[in-house]
Parts: sequence; C-alpha cells; structure tokens
Amino acid sequence: MNDALFAPMRNGQALPLAQVPDLTLAEFRASVIQGVRSGKRLACLCADQELNLYAVLASDSEGLLWAGRTRLAQPSYPALTPECAQAHLFERELAEQFGIRPEGHPWFKPVRFHPSWVPGRDAWGRTGPIDPGVLDFYQVKGEEVHEVAVGPVHAGVIEPGHFRFQCHGETVFHLEIALGFQHRGVERALVGGPHPLSLKHAETVAGDSTIAHGWAYCRALEALAGVTVPARTDRVRGVALELERAANHTGDLGAMAGDVGFLPTSSFCGRIRGDWLNMTAELCGSRLGRDLLRPGGLRMDLDSSRARLLADRLVRAWADTRDAVELLWGAASVLNRFEAAGEVDPIQAREIGLVGVPARACGLDLDVRRDHGFGPYAAHPVAISLAESGNIHSRAWVRWLELGESQSFLRSALESLTWSEPDPRPGPLPPLAADSFCVSMVEGWRGEVFHLAITGADGRFSRYKIVDPSFHNWFGLALALRGQLVSDFPLCNKSFNLSYCGHDL
Amino acid sequence: MIHILLSRWRQGHRTMAYPKTLPALPDRFRGRPEFRPSACPGGCKACADACPTSAIVIGPNGPGIDLGKCLFCPDCTEACPEAAIRFTGDHRLAVGDRADLLLEPGSQLKRAEAMGKELMRVLGRSLKLRVVSAGGCNGCEVDVNVLGTLAWDLGRFGIQFVASPRHADGMVLCGPVTTNMALAVRKTYDAIPAPKIVIAVGACAIAGGPYLHQEEQLGGAVAAGIPVDLFIPGCPPHPLTILDGLLRLLGRIQGD
Repeated sequence: MNDALFAPMRNGQALPLAQVPDLTLAEFRASVIQGVRSGKRLACLCADQELNLYAVLASDSEGLLWAGRTRLAQPSYPALTPECAQAHLFERELAEQFGIRPEGHPWFKPVRFHPSWVPGRDAWGRTGPIDPGVLDFYQVKGEEVHEVAVGPVHAGVIEPGHFRFQCHGETVFHLEIALGFQHRGVERALVGGPHPLSLKHAETVAGDSTIAHGWAYCRALEALAGVTVPARTDRVRGVALELERAANHTGDLGAMAGDVGFLPTSSFCGRIRGDWLNMTAELCGSRLGRDLLRPGGLRMDLDSSRARLLADRLVRAWADTRDAVELLWGAASVLNRFEAAGEVDPIQAREIGLVGVPARACGLDLDVRRDHGFGPYAAHPVAISLAESGNIHSRAWVRWLELGESQSFLRSALESLTWSEPDPRPGPLPPLAADSFCVSMVEGWRGEVFHLAITGADGRFSRYKIVDPSFHNWFGLALALRGQLVSDFPLCNKSFNLSYCGHDL
Repeated sequence: MIHILLSRWRQGHRTMAYPKTLPALPDRFRGRPEFRPSACPGGCKACADACPTSAIVIGPNGPGIDLGKCLFCPDCTEACPEAAIRFTGDHRLAVGDRADLLLEPGSQLKRAEAMGKELMRVLGRSLKLRVVSAGGCNGCEVDVNVLGTLAWDLGRFGIQFVASPRHADGMVLCGPVTTNMALAVRKTYDAIPAPKIVIAVGACAIAGGPYLHQEEQLGGAVAAGIPVDLFIPGCPPHPLTILDGLLRLLGRIQGD
C-alpha cells in the first residue's frame, strides 16, 4: 500500500521534520491518491517558499494522521485534483501563494486574489494589480438561461463574498463562489513567529471561533515546546469551546427559523445566544472568549465559585434554549421548508471532504473530539450527533443534538471544576523545538479546525498553515444548491453558516 | 399554536431597560484603561514593550495610550510590575474625533457629542445604517448584529440596519479595509445619499487592529479615505459600547 510511505502521527504531536518522509513526487502523489481512495481524508495540502509540498491525511477511524512531503524540482507538478477531488481548493491555494502550477488542474482559478508570496513567480503570469472576484466564472449558455450575481457586499450584517448563479427560471444549475475579500494576510503574518500578535491572529482567524482557533494554536505551541497542560486547564478550555458551540448553534437555529419566517424561535434564540456569549464573558471578560487562553495554560482561571455561578446560568440558558428550539420540530411550516431543500449527497460529501456539521448531517461519522481526541474529551466524552438526509433539516437537527451534548459536557465539567483548585499560573513557554512539524486539530462548532506549524533551525515558524472548516465546506454549499430554487439560497447558506474570514485568512 | 403561546409566556419580556438602567457587566470585563503614573518606576516601559499593537507610548508625564489601537488584552496589566494600569468597567468609549482616542496621562476621555443641528434635524429621529464588513474577523459584526435582537431592540431608538446603501443615512464599517474590499467600501460610501455619517466599529476599522502591520490591508476607514464621524474602540467593542456611541451621536446620552 503506497500511503504507508507517509509517517503516522497523532493530533497535537510534534515530530522532528526529518521524520516526515521526504518522498519522490511520484511516491507523494500516489500516497495521497491511494490514501484518500482507501478512506482517509486530505486534511491539508500545502507548500512553502522552498517548493516543498506537505500533505496530512486524516484516518479518522484509527485516530491517526499520516504526514509526508516532497520537494519539487520546479514550480509545477501534475495536479492531484483530477484523481482526488479533495485537493481541488488546496492546489489552487498553493498555486496562488507560491506560484506553483498544478498542471492539468480542471478548475484553475485564484482563491483569495492576492499577489504571490514569491515575487516574480505567479501561477497565472499576472503582473499588474489583481481585481478581487474577477475570474472566468463557469457559465451555462442558452436562450432562457440567466446569471444572478450577488455580492461582495450583502444585504445583511454579514461578511463579503461573491456568488454567481447560473439559473433557468428559479432553478439553479450551478453556483460558483468567489471569496478572498476578507484576505488580510494571517498566514503570512505568522511566518517567523511566534510574534507578540500571533495568538491574536489565531484568535481572529474567525472571531466567532476564537476559542477553537486559539486552542489549536496553543496546543501546537505546547507540543513544540514539550509542555503538557494540567487536566484542569484542559477542562476549562473545553468549557470555553462548548460555550462557543452552544452560542453559535443557538444563533444558527434562530437564524434558520428567521429565514423561514418562524419568528418565535428566531426572536428567542437571538436573545439566548447572547446569554451563552455572556457566560463566556463571565469566564474571561470577552463575549467571544478573547484572551482566555495562552500557550501553556490560561490567562484567567475558572475558580470554584465562578464555576458554580456558571453552572446555575447553564441551567437557565439550557431551559430557555430547549423551550425555544423545540418549537421548530412541531411546526409543519418549518419542517416543510427544512426538508425540501439543500440536500448534499453523502457520496459527494465524502468525495469532496466535507467536515463538521454538514458532514455529520450526511451521516459521515467524524468528529475530532472523538477521532483525534484532545483536551478533556477522554474524561468527558461527547456522543457524536448524526443525521442522514444531508438536507437543511439534517443540519438543523445535528446542531440541536450537539447543543444537548454540549450542555451535558458543560454540566459535568463545571461540576468537576467546582471541587478542584485552580492551577498555579503557568510560567513562560520554553523555546520551541527546531526543525519540527506539528499538527493540532480542534473540533470547533463549524467542524475541524486544523493548524500545522513547521519550525526552522531557529525554532520559529517557517510555515504556519491554517485550515478552517469553511475551507472544506464552501464547495459543499455550492453542491447543495444544484437543482434548487435560487430563492432557497439564503436558507441554505444559513444552514451551512460558513466563515468568510476563516476561509480568506 | 398553544405551544408557541406557552413559550412566549415562559420566555417573557427581556428587552433591557438601557439607557434607563445599566445592565450588569461581568467583573472581568475590560473597559477604559486607567493609569496611575505616580506608581510608575522611573524609566520603566514594561507596558509599552508588552503592548502588541504599540498602543502605549511613554511620554514625559508617564504612559499614554491610543484607545484606537488598543485590543483591550491584558498584556500591559500583566507586564506592569506596580499594578499601575488597570482596565475599568467603564464601557463608554466612543469618541467623535480620532485624536480624542489618544489618552495622555491625567487626561479625561472626551466622549462623542451629538451630531450637528442640521444632521440632527435630518437623521435624529430615524437613522438607517448600512453595515459593511471589510476584512476583520466577524467579531465586530457579531456584536453589531446582536443590537438587532429583542434583548437590545435597536429599533426603539429609531436606528435600523438596512440592506442597501441607497436606503441608508450612514455606514457602519468593520474591519481594517482589506485591499480587496477598498473598492466596495468606496462604492458603498458613494452610494449613500448626503448628508451621511460613518461609524468605525472596532480596532481594525480605526487603525488596522491586530492586522496593522499587514500589507494586505489599508489600516482602517480614515486611512482608506473615508471620513469618520464616530469611532468605537474595542476588539470587538461590547454591544453596550456600540449602543452608547450611537446614542451619544443622537444626543440621547450626554456627558458622564
């Protein structure tokens, strides 16, 4: 089996770079293609300035990650995408960042509309200014076919992105999504780090996933520094992550109710989401969980009296949430709309590498908290929430089940925190291991948050790669729209609720 | 139907009474920073060195801070050997002039004042705002959005977020204005009929926020050539800070 050429590693483990097999291009390509064919997922494919390609395959059933790399002789190589659809956006990304051409890529377009990191080496040979969102959109031609263009600025309080629909009447043949408007250079900023702003950059990859990305960053640094955090610290981090999940799932269910005109749940959930966010603020002063985490530990601990206070508020927030959300399942008008639209085929979902809520809504049984265990989830396991239909209803239902699981986790974690004493403040982190390779994954509320840190001889980041779950899932939204009514787009979009800034970095 | 009515009864009326009464903020909330320059050891610049956005500058009279750059993180308070800096629970941070965000030692924060008479006449009782997100982390948008929920009920102040710049009296701008959003921001601003106002929400929109060193962004609204009438600092600002700013602009809250 070719993929055995890759080296196995665990989530949150740092390997000396020398132990990541340096393969020939042919071996590398075959390993990725065979690995994905045998059921692994391409969690990450990226490049660096020195023309190295790195790939990390996730084998969720065995809880292992498989890593490998190859060094290209020139800035081009035969694309993986024709044989491995999961590589599609990764190959466009590495082409844009480093001017490396994946030859034969069937959908070779920019991702974020920025100049190459390597001056003078552009994959498309562009030299002048780059116009965001301007690309060769896929078009359907015909007398009665029309095109609908939306964005970058949208009608609500929402981030920018451009959507191009090919329609026949109301029916959508195809949706192409052009992002990159939020591109502010997160990965480039992390090179040479950790800098004083690096943790901030991790926390602001996607502001609504501050804890998920912040935690992934902290764990990467801890692994590279050889530090193990105390179990209690992990438990507090878990509380923050589940509060983040509960707030966002509640908000999403409310927003989906709003999109089908079901005002009771929409109104209640808008408010209750604030109650969950305020619990995070009780923990660290910030509703989004800013400045709670630090590599090596926490900036603010959750002492027993605060844990008791949160446990009380949890009971009230959960009662309100349940009361508000359960109305959805008894309303025929809601179920009718939820069940009628936005279906993703489970086979396609697997093929394109969906993660998180949309994947579990198709019955794909994956969740980093169980498969690539981290933090407190061994002591406080969560059940994986699944649905089968892959439609809007399934995505709503998975969120609802996960809310229940988060609530039970919070109850048991807060209970155990009320009778344990805070850890002493962690000291400064020892220097990071030089020439190392570390993968850190966290299951955020959207799905798999993936961080890859590679250090150079000086123990600083020579490359830091971030994959937000949205990066995998935007293409799933495009597929969910095929054959649907264009008027169902807002609801469908809300049921995925993907991050623009997390994708754009 | 009966279930909906029962839920309605159970959930009750939860719109806060603000600005009549102030909702309780958590004890760890980090509002307006306060310095005690008398406690500063001579030559110490630990806070300035620790500040990740160089918001703190040590002057002849002690440390001063640019609230526009401040991310309200505890880096400075943790670095200070004498506990000479603390974050107070004061959420009222919005100002009308960029220079008012530069707090010198001993100076008072000059909070935003009501807009001019003519603007008040046109916009004072009905203010429609277009929110444009231009390269931040979506955190400010989260806290702007929340003002529309029933708990805050922004509509009772005559303020509403609208879907088109043509329907708007002003723009709320979040994010540092990425190169890729510069044109869209400009076009949105131009499409709003005069007289119009601009509100910069968050550290990014004021001075680039955590991204101030990145070439991929312009460094906020003013740097992108958009005149700003109200600056609301924070990363992200608390919804109460945003609402306080909006109500000051409308003359509904004045002074301290």
